[in-house]
Amino acid sequence: MSYFAFLAEHGPTLLLGTVTTIKVLVCSAILYVIISMIFGLMRLSKKSAIQGIATVYIEFFRGTSLLVQLFWVYYVLPFFGLSLEAFVAGVVALGLNFGAYGAEIVRAGILAVPKGQWEAAHALNFSPTKRIKRIIIPQIFPIILPPAANLTVELLKATALVALVTVVDLTFEAKQINSITWLSAQCFGTALLIYYIMARFALVPFLRWLEVVAARKVGR
Amino acid sequence: MEMGFRWDFAYEILPQMLWATLNTIIAAGVGYAIALVVGLFFLLGQRTPSKIVNVINRELVEFIRSTPLLIQLFFVYFVLPQFGIKLSAWLCGMITIGLHFGTYLSEVYRGALEGVSKTQWEACRALNFSTVYTYRRIVLPQAFPIAIPGMGNYLVGIFKDTPLLSTIGVAELFHAATAVGGYNYRYLEPYTMVGIIFLTLSIPAAMWVRNLEKRVNVAQGKIKQ
Repeated sequence: MSYFAFLAEHGPTLLLGTVTTIKVLVCSAILYVIISMIFGLMRLSKKSAIQGIATVYIEFFRGTSLLVQLFWVYYVLPFFGLSLEAFVAGVVALGLNFGAYGAEIVRAGILAVPKGQWEAAHALNFSPTKRIKRIIIPQIFPIILPPAANLTVELLKATALVALVTVVDLTFEAKQINSITWLSAQCFGTALLIYYIMARFALVPFLRWLEVVAARKVGR
Repeated sequence: MEMGFRWDFAYEILPQMLWATLNTIIAAGVGYAIALVVGLFFLLGQRTPSKIVNVINRELVEFIRSTPLLIQLFFVYFVLPQFGIKLSAWLCGMITIGLHFGTYLSEVYRGALEGVSKTQWEACRALNFSTVYTYRRIVLPQAFPIAIPGMGNYLVGIFKDTPLLSTIGVAELFHAATAVGGYNYRYLEPYTMVGIIFLTLSIPAAMWVRNLEKRVNVAQGKIKQ
């Protein structure tokens, strides 16, 4: 069977899987960005209880393996009466795991905003909420976007794991086709290529564009 | 089925889990050792004068870095036998982890070498030191401390990625937990214990890396004690 015949027969299936992979990526990216904002701010809270919660969350999710967290959410939570659909479980586990890494990026970004900005906002009598929302947050984007871009590429790679909790994504389809045809080189090779193309020619250019926009917004 | 955490069951499977933990540690250690060496080869490819080698090296590193480790594992495990190379799951896992993280480590090495000031090279040139001598006595001793945090982080990173090896049948901790869970129809205790074991190993490891970083900086005179 030539490679083109393989693509003609199994290409559409792989593309369907790719669509699911993109869905997982988009949902978990949104979730992880929200989580990292919340916990990144909590980590800098002056109240030790709030700071403690954030620290425990971050250390816990960074200290254990994503695969373990994923299986825990999918197979163990039902023991506590909380059954999640595979897709939701995958997105939640990815979001929680990457949110922990993202929170540290957000924390570092906030700390990197020059102190004069805080003092100026204080001097102008801005409320704490307004200070964070209007002065600090807009300025952290050019700082946090480069590391966040790396993290997002890692997220795309990590979405492959959701196949192991039966989400029918690209990896799942590749495995499925492999077990039917045993054309391992073709199906895993194609899957690798698709991931590579998504990362190199779609995700990375998009994130670079975001970096440029963010830098322009603060006048750089 | 009984709800809640069953301590007696957890206690019963504890020895099994601890033995499997040993396999996880071995896998992480061997994978890391291979990655350290592979990283050197990628670094060499990056620094050779040949433009073609540079480009091929860069694209290869880029490819490996932007594709999932899981599929790379499948690729090595299922494809190599088709070319007549029969390797055990362990060996496949170690090779794949070594290759995957070798690309990351080559970046750590590169950053460390670039972190050494250019004037150091020029001074060695002026003193007529050979290239080997310059690397051995001047550049590497200064580059190594810069590389330590990155190197340490990827050791912890490899450790946390070892559960992926269970998908090709390497009998490490996660594999054992899945087996025990499937046998007893209880996943709560095994998977929770895997999480706890990972935490108890990786948090001290991360702290140790941070401590090492600080000690190296003190020894280098960058921070005063």
